[in-house]
Amino acid sequence: MSERRNGWAHVVLIVGSLVMLFPFAWQLITSLSTNAEVTSIPITIWPSSLHFENYATVFERLPFLSQFAISVVITLIRVLGQLLLGAMAGYAFARMRFPGRDAIFAVVLAILMVPPQVFLISQYQIVQSLGWLDTVAGIVAPGIFTAFSAFLMRQFFLGLPEELEEAARLDGANPFQVFWRVMLPLARPGLSALAVIGVLASWNDLLWPLVVATKPGQQPLSVGLATLQGQYVTDYPVLMAAALLACAPILIVFLIMQRRVIDGLAFSGMK
Amino acid sequence: MTVTTLKRPAGTSVPAAPAAPARRRRRLSSGWWPLLFVGPFLVGIAVFYLFPILQTAYYSLTSWGPFGGVTFVGLENWATLFTDDEVPKALLNTVVYILIVLLGVPIAVWLSALLNRPRLRGSMTYRTMFFLPYLAMPVAIALVWRLMFNGDFGVINAFLRLFGIQGPYWLSTPGYALVAVGVVGLWMSVGFNIIILSAGLRGIPPELYEAAALDGASRRTQFWHVTVPLLTPSIFFVLVINVIAGFQLFDLLYAIIGRSNPVIDDTKSLVYLFYDESFIQNDRGYGAVIALVILAVVAIATAIQFRLQRRWVNYV
Repeated sequence: MSERRNGWAHVVLIVGSLVMLFPFAWQLITSLSTNAEVTSIPITIWPSSLHFENYATVFERLPFLSQFAISVVITLIRVLGQLLLGAMAGYAFARMRFPGRDAIFAVVLAILMVPPQVFLISQYQIVQSLGWLDTVAGIVAPGIFTAFSAFLMRQFFLGLPEELEEAARLDGANPFQVFWRVMLPLARPGLSALAVIGVLASWNDLLWPLVVATKPGQQPLSVGLATLQGQYVTDYPVLMAAALLACAPILIVFLIMQRRVIDGLAFSGMK
Repeated sequence: MTVTTLKRPAGTSVPAAPAAPARRRRRLSSGWWPLLFVGPFLVGIAVFYLFPILQTAYYSLTSWGPFGGVTFVGLENWATLFTDDEVPKALLNTVVYILIVLLGVPIAVWLSALLNRPRLRGSMTYRTMFFLPYLAMPVAIALVWRLMFNGDFGVINAFLRLFGIQGPYWLSTPGYALVAVGVVGLWMSVGFNIIILSAGLRGIPPELYEAAALDGASRRTQFWHVTVPLLTPSIFFVLVINVIAGFQLFDLLYAIIGRSNPVIDDTKSLVYLFYDESFIQNDRGYGAVIALVILAVVAIATAIQFRLQRRWVNYV
């Protein structure tokens, strides 16, 4: 089969790719236009000059930097927490013997299938009674514990050979040392899959932070952008610049490590 | 390796290999270690997930006063469920949205079949581009779609005008607003679907295509008689995931339509209604009822799909 026979495939795939890319391109073009150009009829395809100052306006007029910092902090805490707790619990479910292990794991699995709204009101009441509304702790607390992290890591540990652990154990390593020095390094593909999913979920999350963080200075970017549209609805270029900056970190990380991201998602999807 | 240099506890310093039964006994009793490993995780799961399920069930039987007083009202909230039309309307909206998003599944099957053609150049580049929408923050990308769907100066209506079609005011007309949100949902889901389907495609033995080609089957015949049947387990998985995710419709609705747009009253999804009742109207009793309705609806939809899979999914 030669490349020439793939001609139609390329036509379809290029058209498809353009549809996928167009909103991003339009966002970029809009962010560099003036508001008059954006709202003109007939529409302006290309701005008469490029207005990079719209990006500066984002930092002047919106609490963008503080919201960006909050997004980074909650994503880091949530994902690191998920990795540590998920790996330890997953390892115990996969390799340790303790009473009620399978029953407990069944309960964890059941939680995985319950829509988040069922927990949300009660989680809010708990966070409120702890005095954690409008704090990073409140945004982060429930999301550190995810049934999915334990499930994914258990699956991964079940697939690793037991001989290495045996060897380490015979050398006198205690279970924590076996886990930390032998198993965790081997679990890197599972951990990176979990990290990819955790970063995406945390960075893009809206409903929970929208509910617990009501002060603009305490909100992550997702909430900031969602509530912004009402106030600055007329200034499209600034809005688009802010939106593009909010997506940028994830898109850049993806472009750098796309193999790992795609493999990670495919891996978790297959489980 | 570091493990070999660890200090041996006195009991295990016997150099001879321990007998197999002794080793098995050690594995059977992990002692207190499991508590250290799962303890913190289970405490968090109990506090933030197990207890909330019970509390939500209880809340569904309570009424919330404007100043925070919670009173037990029995099945009153559940009775409201059957008298007021908000929930059925939200369910219908959510189902319509899901059906629009599911149109992306055949598209994704077609595209992944093209992407996985042998010796296709640039397949990784295409994959990257298809995948970008899935990574974008829904709220952020919704803002540009809002602009694109604008009835007056939106690029979508400008495009339609090229063909002499006068596009509607997408975001201020009830039915069209839901279609617009569905289109964005579809656009975001295609990349994820392609990844899962491509993993499935790689599992199809190439010999099957060679055999089909030897029998004179055209590419189209191969697609319908080899690719699609063997891909049905992955297609089934993608459908289930898309339906479950579709029932969670909230971010796009919140960001594309928004709270201040009057069209939202006709376009609410189940999760949006849950948010609205629980945290805007502060009627958490009814909010809890809606949450449990979402649980039931998702469970039923998933069960139906598993029931139907026997009719069309081929497990080799």
